[in-house]
Amino acid sequence: MANPLADKYADRIQKHMSKYPDKRSAVMPLLYIAQEEYGWLSPDAIVQVAEICEMDPTQVKSIAGFYTMYRESPKGKYWLQVCTDLPCALKGADQFHHDLLAHLGIEEGGTTDDGMFTVEHVMCLAACDRAPMLQCNFGYVENLDMDKMKELLDKWRKEAEAYANAD
Amino acid sequence: MTHIILREKDVPNIRELDVYLANEGFDGLKKAVSMKPSEVIDEMKRSNLRGRGGAGFPTGIKWSFIPQSEPVKYVVVNADESETGTFKDRQIMENNPYQMIEGALICAYAIQATAVYIYLRGEFWDIAHDLDERIEAARAQNLVGDDILGSGYSCEVYTHLGAGAYICGEESALLNSLEGLLGQPRVRPPFPAQKGGGLYKEPTVVNNVETLANAPYILRVGGEKFAELGTQQSTGTKVICVSGHVNKPGNYELEMGKHTFRDLIFEMAGGIPDGKGIKAILPSGGSGPIVPATDEVLDTKLTYEDCQSIDTILGSASVMILDETVDITWAASKMTKFFKHESCGKCTPCREGTFWLDKVIDRILRGEGKRSDVELINNVAANMQGTTLCALGDFAANPILATIRHFPEDFYAHVDGDDEKAPVKAAGD
Repeated sequence: MANPLADKYADRIQKHMSKYPDKRSAVMPLLYIAQEEYGWLSPDAIVQVAEICEMDPTQVKSIAGFYTMYRESPKGKYWLQVCTDLPCALKGADQFHHDLLAHLGIEEGGTTDDGMFTVEHVMCLAACDRAPMLQCNFGYVENLDMDKMKELLDKWRKEAEAYANAD
Repeated sequence: MTHIILREKDVPNIRELDVYLANEGFDGLKKAVSMKPSEVIDEMKRSNLRGRGGAGFPTGIKWSFIPQSEPVKYVVVNADESETGTFKDRQIMENNPYQMIEGALICAYAIQATAVYIYLRGEFWDIAHDLDERIEAARAQNLVGDDILGSGYSCEVYTHLGAGAYICGEESALLNSLEGLLGQPRVRPPFPAQKGGGLYKEPTVVNNVETLANAPYILRVGGEKFAELGTQQSTGTKVICVSGHVNKPGNYELEMGKHTFRDLIFEMAGGIPDGKGIKAILPSGGSGPIVPATDEVLDTKLTYEDCQSIDTILGSASVMILDETVDITWAASKMTKFFKHESCGKCTPCREGTFWLDKVIDRILRGEGKRSDVELINNVAANMQGTTLCALGDFAANPILATIRHFPEDFYAHVDGDDEKAPVKAAGD
């Protein structure tokens, strides 16, 4: 069976495989690669990763479902994970999360109609001294308020448009 | 005080290898490889350093559990930092990363490990990629890889990213996750240090980032000198994460036993915003019992033993401050939602217990609870204690029991229209 991930990312996969005495240990880094390629972990992506790691697709699927950073469904271009855990909440994170959803006109876990932003709340991200904060894809944005957030949303939207126009 | 761990406060740019090397960097490893491995372990034992991840287990003793006769052994650095309110390991890895790498290599040499795996929580994506580059920079100086510093000892250092699961900070769950299994705790014994219990069934030391970052200093100055810092039972310094209602949240590295909660909150962290009063302290994130901010508590010294004397724990020292406006029932709900979300689902008391605690506390918060619901919470939480494979079940139960014990009025304020008037007795009382 064709395995586009194995072909396209042969070097990176090999690099991860070489760290561990067994192939199974590479499942987590490979799920990240699959997510990078397809934007989310589709059933086909799961099968490909399973094949490379010599695992059962069901086992890979259970691992994908166990963690919060693997996308089991398509998300917005900017995946915003707002920490609303206690230290952030003491600094107004619940209100911030609520205002952000209202500003974008979506529900918790929802995605804007243009496919740009998904907002979810998450547990402690180890940045409690810079609350409120969120994780945008793989980077942290800290010491937030709604004014700052609106500027960032505008900036990201423009960046995405510029990127799309450049194609 | 000169910092031992947060050295970037004294030496700018110590995150760069040349700066680190110019400031005693890797002198501890040099010293270590000139000694016998068993002598390195003895040095660590003399320091009486206790694990900084939360449990406070003596580090040298942990290292000495590794059977030297086994050919394959591992060191795993626990950089999964996920305890609510904890953000010290992140700062160490961002600002003084080589000290952690050096500490891990000292441990590796002491137990003659074949490889070091640094397990980072997935959210530390950038840090992991930065560490990969730094490991290569260290390799170029013969500090990582084959024949380290010409000692004949070889060891690889790898990073591994988790993907968002608190439970993977529990050492046996972490090992499962690293092996590509579900990140759920293992039945022990065998313990990680034993054959059959560690990574890939090989003897393994799992240490926290801050713990290992102490090792270079201990080797450099000697265990006895290190033990002069702090108290007999709490030697050295501790990086304390302060968050919540303070003017200057952040990490403060303090010599243990020299400062009280009052010093920490009002001097270092700048006091409570808007001149408000302080109501309660969570000294160890979401998993340690809450304490009311009485004079007795505020005058308690920051050590393992002093925190124990006020019925809480120092743990990972993630100190959250709650001002007088906070409804403790709400805080209890936040902590419970955390543990409900993070319960891995393997043990029934934890999986079901966190679910029901959350349901009942929510009911109380909505004003639909009964007086007997407060007793129900105590009952559910008491049935989670000591009944699970890992400590998460206890972590989820203990704080709730303590919130009710210390702040019953916050709970009862929500349950007007009582159906019964029996006084609530907290479990364990």
